[in-house]
Amino acid sequence: MLEIRNLHVKVEDKEILKGLNLTVNKGEIHSIMGPNGSGKSTLSQVLAGKDAYEVTDGEVIFNGKDLLELDPEDRACEGIFLAFQYPVEIPGVANTYLLREALNAKRKYNDLKPLKHVEFGKLAREKMKDLEIDESFLKRSVNEGFSGGEKKRNEIFQMQILEPSLAILDETDSGLDIDALQVVAKGVNSMKSPDRSFLIITHYQRLLNYIVPDYVHVIYDGQIVKSGGKELAFELEEKGYGWIEEEKAAKV
Amino acid sequence: MAIEFNNKVESYVNGLPEFQKTYFKEIPSWLSDIKNEAIKSFSKLGFPTPLDEDWRFTNLAPISRNSFQIASNGISEVNKESIDKFSIPSLDCHKLIFVNGRYVSDLSDIKSDADGIVIKSLKEALNSDKDLVEKHLGKYAEYKNDAFISLNTAYFEDGVFVYVPKSKIAEKPVYVLNISTNEEAQSLVNPRNLVIVEDNAEVKVVEHYVSTAQNVYLSNVVTEFVLGENANAEHYMLELESKKAFNISTLRIQQKRSSNIKSHSILLGGAIVRNNVHPVLNGEGCNSDIFGLYLPKDRQHMDNFMRVEHASPHCDSRQFYNGILDDKARGVFHGRIVVHEGAMLTDAKQTNRNLLLSDTAQIDTKPQLEIYNYDVKCTHGATIGQMDDEAIFYLKSRGIPNKEARRIMLQSFTNETLESMSLEPVRESMENLILEWFEESFANK
Ligand SMILES: Nc1ncnc2c1ncn2[C@@H]1O[C@H](COP(=O)(O)OP(=O)(O)O)[C@@H](O)[C@H]1O
Ligand SMILES: [Mg+2]
Repeated sequence: MLEIRNLHVKVEDKEILKGLNLTVNKGEIHSIMGPNGSGKSTLSQVLAGKDAYEVTDGEVIFNGKDLLELDPEDRACEGIFLAFQYPVEIPGVANTYLLREALNAKRKYNDLKPLKHVEFGKLAREKMKDLEIDESFLKRSVNEGFSGGEKKRNEIFQMQILEPSLAILDETDSGLDIDALQVVAKGVNSMKSPDRSFLIITHYQRLLNYIVPDYVHVIYDGQIVKSGGKELAFELEEKGYGWIEEEKAAKV
Repeated sequence: MAIEFNNKVESYVNGLPEFQKTYFKEIPSWLSDIKNEAIKSFSKLGFPTPLDEDWRFTNLAPISRNSFQIASNGISEVNKESIDKFSIPSLDCHKLIFVNGRYVSDLSDIKSDADGIVIKSLKEALNSDKDLVEKHLGKYAEYKNDAFISLNTAYFEDGVFVYVPKSKIAEKPVYVLNISTNEEAQSLVNPRNLVIVEDNAEVKVVEHYVSTAQNVYLSNVVTEFVLGENANAEHYMLELESKKAFNISTLRIQQKRSSNIKSHSILLGGAIVRNNVHPVLNGEGCNSDIFGLYLPKDRQHMDNFMRVEHASPHCDSRQFYNGILDDKARGVFHGRIVVHEGAMLTDAKQTNRNLLLSDTAQIDTKPQLEIYNYDVKCTHGATIGQMDDEAIFYLKSRGIPNKEARRIMLQSFTNETLESMSLEPVRESMENLILEWFEESFANK
């Protein structure tokens, strides 16, 4: 489904990703862990198509297509969804409006008729119930004045409505209390399917108690330096990231 | 013979006797006196220059150095169909049509409304409602210190006259369409409107300025709005003049105790536009909500000059002015709040947000507080920014195409003003025009 080969990315003349390789197959859950500044958000934003990042080498194939050639909106329509680490506030644009426009843009891309207001309302309310989101949410401006937890829940809500085939969650767990974390995990788990893959980026192992990954990768200084099963996450939790640093230093 | 003006102030003084003879068969002496006084003021003041603090950002040389003449009736250019084309679709209203500043009754449609409500041309009202007109006309829009008000007062011919007596409610809005036609020479038009809303009465007035061609002319409007106690009114200024025209307009609102006014200005047309809004909250518990949206592009210049005067205690005023500027356009927002002695517990709020869509667009925003009192709450905030790239990326990452994302962002910006309009058809029609504006702007990028 997703194949990243030798990805090099620069931002403002500073190389951040330095030859990153990663393969995610259909239906798999991969977790990427790494210390601050290792390039986690850069990877997720590059996959979503942010143009401030310059890809200097490597390639990304998504469902047989050259992902880097596509505009962000087309990537979304092809099935990529990024839950932002820091969701953007957009005053004056109602949540419901953003969601309906987004869903219908995706449907149009796939030659489907737009969803009627009533149908959309029904769909939204269903998902909101599961995520314990209040009705008033729909009318509020996108993320404006939302608490950290509300913003993250909104990302998951959008993901549920848009039903991506590859969902990238950039530290969706950071800053959440345990109740909110469980709600978010429940939202993710309810979407698990043989056709849907997840790339769960996290700083803490905590989330992985609720969302069990098939694979865990460690990113350090712009590269995947270690991969393994879910037990790798526990190892990291115990030993901290210092251990990876030492190991890498020893190799050089 | 046409009455002509050139770059000399005297030409405006010299033209007045001929003007009065030509356009007023029998001018009441009180009005003639005012007009003569007004032209004296104008000759003293002349057109403002950028040395004048209130005109610092707007250079009027293209007007003061120009030649103008009093327009012909232009009626051959206008018919039922062209009126329909300009009008706001599905607005159920009293419709008054003015062509080059003159009332055209054949094209107008004044419906019957509640008893005693008067809606007609000001020129007619000079005879039929003489006492009311004499009592109010020129009593609020001070011509002594304002060149454009003095010029208008001297040279106005006509405009709309609305009178809503005590406790009456005008069910339908009063829609005033001002059309400038394609004159051979550059014309000067001075629409003059007077709206009197007595105690507990209500009315909505829409002023709409358009032109049949993209030609040069000067439209110099003065509207006096008088609100009695507890009166409620809404005012709309839809400025869609020719892209080469000059539009100077002054809305002067006089409020009595517990009255409410909501004013909306939408500026889209004109080469040089100056939009003066000047409410005086003269009675306890008044509310003044002033909304505006200016969208200059190309080389358009739009200057908004607010002067909100709190003269009594416990009054609230809100100014919400948003601008979107493209190309080499220039915008000005000058927001003055004056709190007079004795106007305790004033609550005045002002916001001015601006979006610059190009590197060459420019905005000058200048809040100004004059407070001669204590115990008042005045807040003002101005922002100038570009389109938020992070937000655009966020929308695109959800599958929304680039153009659509940009449109959504701009709309969120204009909604603040548009949402406050209670006349749906006006709002819709402005929304559509603004969407066209966006489309044009994106197409050029
Ligand atoms: N837009 C940017 N401009 C400049 N530097 C950036 C930008 N984005 C990220 N960086 C830098 O790239 C490195 C990796 O950042 P990031 O991908 O956000 O790391 P992580 O998400 O793993 O904490 C950091 O050193 C950060 O300062
Ligand atoms: Mg990050």
